[in-house]
Amino acid sequence: MKLLKTLALGTAFALSLAAGSASAEDIRIGLVVKSLGNGFFDAANKGALEAAKEIGGVQIIYTGPTTTTAEGQIEVINSLIAQKVNAIAISANDPDAVVPALKKAMDRGITVISWDSGVAEAGRQLHLNPSSNELIGKQLVNLTTAVLPEGKGDVAILSATSTSTNQNIWIEEFKKAQAAAPGINLVTVAYGDDLSDKSYREAVSILKNSPNVKVIVAPTTVGILAAAQAVEDQGLVGKVYVTGLGLPSELAGHVKAGSIKSFAIWNPIDLGYSATYLAYDLASGKYKAEPGVELPIGRVGKVKLGDDLQGAMSDPFVYDASNVDEFAKIF
Amino acid sequence: MSTISAPTPPNATLTPRNIPDRLSLGWRRIFQRWETLLLVVAVLIFIFNAFASPYFLDPWSLSDATYNFTEKAIVALAMTFVIIAGDIDLSVASIIALASTAMGAAAAAGLGTPAIVVIGLGVGILCGAFNGFLVTRFQVPSIVATIGTMSLFRGISYVVLGDQAYTKYPSSFAWFGQGYVWWVITAEFAIFAVLSVILGVLLHKTSFGRRVFALGNNPVAARFSGVRVERIRFLLFLMTGTAAGIASVLLTSRLGATRPTIATGMELEAVTMAVLGGVNILGGSGTIPGVVIAAFVMGLVTFGFGLLNVPGIVMSIFVGALLIAVIALPILWRRFARRRA
Repeated sequence: MKLLKTLALGTAFALSLAAGSASAEDIRIGLVVKSLGNGFFDAANKGALEAAKEIGGVQIIYTGPTTTTAEGQIEVINSLIAQKVNAIAISANDPDAVVPALKKAMDRGITVISWDSGVAEAGRQLHLNPSSNELIGKQLVNLTTAVLPEGKGDVAILSATSTSTNQNIWIEEFKKAQAAAPGINLVTVAYGDDLSDKSYREAVSILKNSPNVKVIVAPTTVGILAAAQAVEDQGLVGKVYVTGLGLPSELAGHVKAGSIKSFAIWNPIDLGYSATYLAYDLASGKYKAEPGVELPIGRVGKVKLGDDLQGAMSDPFVYDASNVDEFAKIF
Repeated sequence: MSTISAPTPPNATLTPRNIPDRLSLGWRRIFQRWETLLLVVAVLIFIFNAFASPYFLDPWSLSDATYNFTEKAIVALAMTFVIIAGDIDLSVASIIALASTAMGAAAAAGLGTPAIVVIGLGVGILCGAFNGFLVTRFQVPSIVATIGTMSLFRGISYVVLGDQAYTKYPSSFAWFGQGYVWWVITAEFAIFAVLSVILGVLLHKTSFGRRVFALGNNPVAARFSGVRVERIRFLLFLMTGTAAGIASVLLTSRLGATRPTIATGMELEAVTMAVLGGVNILGGSGTIPGVVIAAFVMGLVTFGFGLLNVPGIVMSIFVGALLIAVIALPILWRRFARRRA
C-alpha cells in the first residue's frame, strides 16, 4: 500500500513537473552522436547550440553512447522516443541496425534526419552529408600528391572500423580519384577501429612492414593523430608525411613538429549548425523532405536534396601551418 | 560431547543457541538476503526515476526500456548456472555474432522465418557443444577455452562478412525483436519471463540443480558422491550456447541487420548481471530470482539515466559502484553481525 502511495505521489509530482515546464512549446531536438567524448561531435554540438539560439525556442539534447555501437545508440534513441522529443538528428554507428528504432520514432511522430554518417533511406527523412564524398576523395588525393616527392610513391590508408559507412565510401572515392594522380601507389588499408592505441599500433606496423610508404592517409580524427605520433616516435619526420581528415586543435602540435604538412576537414561546427536547422525546418512543419527541394540552413546557405533525399553541405577545407592555430582555438 | 538430543518439536521453547550457519532468523535473515537488498535498490531506483523524469511512468516507455536488458538477461540466466558450477563462458557474445551471421546467410539464401530461427538456435547449440567438448574432453580451463572460442567465433563472422552486412530478413522475422505478445508486453520480455521461470525451477527445485551447486562447492566431493561431473559441465555449456542462440535471434530480429560487430562486449555485461544478482563468481552459490532482479536494476538504471540524458560513462561508473556496494555490503554486515554475536 505504502509503495502504491509513493508511486502515486511520484506520478503526481512527475505530472506537475511536466505541466510546470513553461517551455513546453519548445521544439526539442535530440542530437545523437556516434559516441560521447569525441572532439568532433563536441564541436558539432557547439554549432547546434548556436543554431538553436539563432532560431529561438529550440532545445538541443546532446547525447550518444559511450562506445561506438549500434546497440548503444538504440538505447539512446529509445530514451529520446520516451522523452517525446520533436526531432532526432543522428550520426549513425550502423546504417541498418538503427533503422527499426528510428522507424518507431517516425511512427510516433518524431522527425528523423541523419548527418555525417548516414542511415539507410527507410530510417530517416533526409541525410546531410558534410561534403560530397567525391570531393573528399579528390581532396585527400590532392593532399597526398602535395607531400609525395615528385608526386610519386607508396601510400597507406589508416581507417577506423572496417564496418564504418563513411570511411569505406571515402576510401572508395580516394581510389577513384587516383586516376588523376597515377604516381600514387596504394599499398595497404589498415583498420585502427577509431581507438587510439590500436590505431597507433597499426600505424607503427605500416611503417615497419612497408618501409617505402611515404604518406599515410587517415580519413579519421583518431587515426591521423595516432599516425602522426607514430611517425614522430619512429624518427621518420620529413621522410613520411601524414595527412587526412582531423581536428585543428588536436593536430596543431603535429603540424609544428613536421609530421603533418596539411590536412582537411569540414567545419563540424557548421555541420551541427546545419543539422539543427534541417531538423527544425522539418519538425516545425515549414518544409517537407522531397527530392529537389531546397532547405535553408541559416548562415551556411542552402541544402538541395537529391533523389535519394541526401544533400551536401560544403567542400572540405584545408588547414596548414598558416591557419591551424587560429582554428585550433575553435575546435 | 556430541549433541544428539531427543527429537524436540521445532519452535519449542528452547533457549536460543548459536548455530553458525544460521546466525539470524526471521526478518533479519530475510533482510540480509541479497535478493531483498537488490529489490530495495530496484524499488528505490524506480521511485527515483519516477520523480526525476516526467516521461518515466509511461507504459510504452517502460515497455521500450525492457529492450535494454532482455537479451543480456537471457544470457545471464544461463551464465548463472555455469558460474555456480565453478566455470565461466566468455564466448557468449561471439556465439551471438556467429549465430546471427548464419541466420543472415540463411535469410539471404531465401529461407523462411522458421528455418532462420532453427539455424540461429542450432548454431548456438553447436558452439556451446564445442565449448563443452573443449572443457570436458581436453580439460581446458573454461576461462581459457572460451577466451579462445570468443576470438574464433567472431573471427568466422568477420571472415564471412568483412565490412558487409546482412539486411534482407523476411518481415515476419521482425516479430521476435519488435513484436508484442499482449498490449505493451514485448515478445522478447515474454520469452525472458518464461525462461526465468523454467530455469528458476530447474536450478532450485530439481536434483539437476542440486548437482550444479554440489559441483561448484566441491567438484571432488561431488564426483565421489556419484555426480557425473563432466556430463553436467558439458550440459551447462550447451545451455549457455542455446541461450546465446536465443539472444541472437532476438537481437538480430530487433536490429534487422547483422554485422560482425553485433553484441560486442555483451559477455561482460551478462557476467556483471549474474554477479550483481548475487551469484558467487567463485562458484557454489547464487539464485535465479537474484539475477532477474539484477537485470531489472541494470535496465532501470540505463533507461532512467537515459531519460535524464546522463552520459553513458556515468552509468558505467554507477553500475560499477553498485556492483562493489552490493558485494561489499553483505560481507560488512556479516562481519558486523559476527562481532556482535
